[in-house]
Amino acid sequence: MKKRISNETIEYIGILSKLELDETEKEQAVSDIEMMLDFFDKMSELDTEDVAPMSHPMANNNVFREDVVTNGDMREDMLKNAPMVLDGMFGVPKTFG
Amino acid sequence: MLSKYDVTIGLEVHVELATKSKIFCGCSTAFGAKPNTHTCPVCIGMPGSLPVLNKKVLEYAMAVGLATNCDITRFSKFDRKNYFYPDNPQNYQISQLYMPICRNGFVEINTCAGNKKIGIHEIHMEEDAGKLIHDEITGNSYVDYNRSGVPLIEIVTEPDMSSEVEVVTFLEKLRLIIQYLEASDCKLNEGSMRVDVNLSVKKRGETELGTRTEMKNLNSFKAITRAIENEALRQIKLLEKGEKIQLETRRWDDVKGESYSMRSKEDARDYRYFPEPDIMPIVISNEWINDIKYKQPELRDEKMQRYIREYSIPKYDADIITSIKHMTVIFEKAVELGGNPKKVSNYLMGETMRLLKERNMEAEDISFSPVNLVKLIKLVDEGVINGTTAKEVFEKIFNEDIEPIEYVEKNNLKMQSDESWLQTVIEQVIAANNQSVCDYKNGKERALGFLIGQIMKETKGKANPAVVKKLLLENL
Repeated sequence: MKKRISNETIEYIGILSKLELDETEKEQAVSDIEMMLDFFDKMSELDTEDVAPMSHPMANNNVFREDVVTNGDMREDMLKNAPMVLDGMFGVPKTFG
Repeated sequence: MLSKYDVTIGLEVHVELATKSKIFCGCSTAFGAKPNTHTCPVCIGMPGSLPVLNKKVLEYAMAVGLATNCDITRFSKFDRKNYFYPDNPQNYQISQLYMPICRNGFVEINTCAGNKKIGIHEIHMEEDAGKLIHDEITGNSYVDYNRSGVPLIEIVTEPDMSSEVEVVTFLEKLRLIIQYLEASDCKLNEGSMRVDVNLSVKKRGETELGTRTEMKNLNSFKAITRAIENEALRQIKLLEKGEKIQLETRRWDDVKGESYSMRSKEDARDYRYFPEPDIMPIVISNEWINDIKYKQPELRDEKMQRYIREYSIPKYDADIITSIKHMTVIFEKAVELGGNPKKVSNYLMGETMRLLKERNMEAEDISFSPVNLVKLIKLVDEGVINGTTAKEVFEKIFNEDIEPIEYVEKNNLKMQSDESWLQTVIEQVIAANNQSVCDYKNGKERALGFLIGQIMKETKGKANPAVVKKLLLENL
């Protein structure tokens, strides 16, 4: 099987995914992604000449809500899973914005 | 050195829409609530929550698009823009990349160089992020997601502007259009309108554009003007030294009057846009577009013509009042309450503008009730107070929205025409100002004005000026 995913690519995907991969995990990820690419190749064999490109998986359109405030104060519930809370805010590691 | 270069500017303008609820959930958009009290599983990015598009957001975006001569995209959809930052709880922002709702428009501006069309590349809808607060003491950061999911439109212009004058003229016109549509209050200082400036320079005559920078953190038209002047010069100086411009994002520091680099191309984010599967595509019919056009409120030019026609105020007045949306609201309300249009206009153009300027306030911050202005005009018309007092009372109305009739009564500010009382004051003033009396008798007309001024001062500005003049002349 030809190798299409370079080490640099898998490192980069790891960075984007915020994942630290060790060597075994990297190898596993490369082989997973190679399999996906092979599957895409398989699909590319299909003749799609007369098929319009699909831009969305659902056939529905125009699903809206009206501009009405329906939610009250749910802060306590929202903060339940927060690892750190201060004055009703979510605490996160030091970040500059 | 400057004249050898051309400056090219394009803008990205974010505008917070005036909806009551957020773009994808039923949380309130009201400003200033306690942290995280306007949040729910959708805007806090909980797995499994389902965002649903607020129809009003779409209609505001279409209205702005139509008013800026855009084509409305008949089949539009949302995309996910992926980035990892604590103010963005889903780790992606729901935005529009491939099929934005509006494309290919323009806004015509008029500067001393003549008329010019500034192209609108696109307008797309997206959600705002939360707010990060940094705690110097603990070294931690804290997030308030009340703003997460507040609807935004981003207006992207073509790089059609070549000076800070064109940029500010364009922005003022764009802001006015959006305010007239009531789609946003567009306050730069509060962040409901945010402008990023993309700027590059090139040697005059060269066809290829130079490398651009993006400038952020511009909170007023003045800051935008200064930042553009500063950045154009910075780039020209670098080129003159034979150096290269870095493709980067810079942050403007308005206090220091300079900018610094925030991030460069090397760590440019890879946003990995892909279709947003949770939001269904949008299909816009001709009927819908016509309906939006039909419901469009009166825009500035129409309003100006109507003011001249219906209220018989001069074009000059109509032009100034309609240049600020909030002024038109006050003007129309005051006239509706029976205020004489020209007199209302005088207060708005004169004292109101003066006080705004003096206090460095935006017209949107005006908080007095039109009814109090109308009552004040009536007090003057009926001769209850004189012009000097009216000016003083108006300032009170402007500051604290006091009720003028009661205020005049309580503070004893009524105009005094009582001749015997005035006679006593006049005699005192004459006795204390022998020199001026003498000057007047020797033909110095100006001395009379001085004496009247002294009498007005003695009566705390309450005297009826006509009566004062009459009595004074009799006494001299």
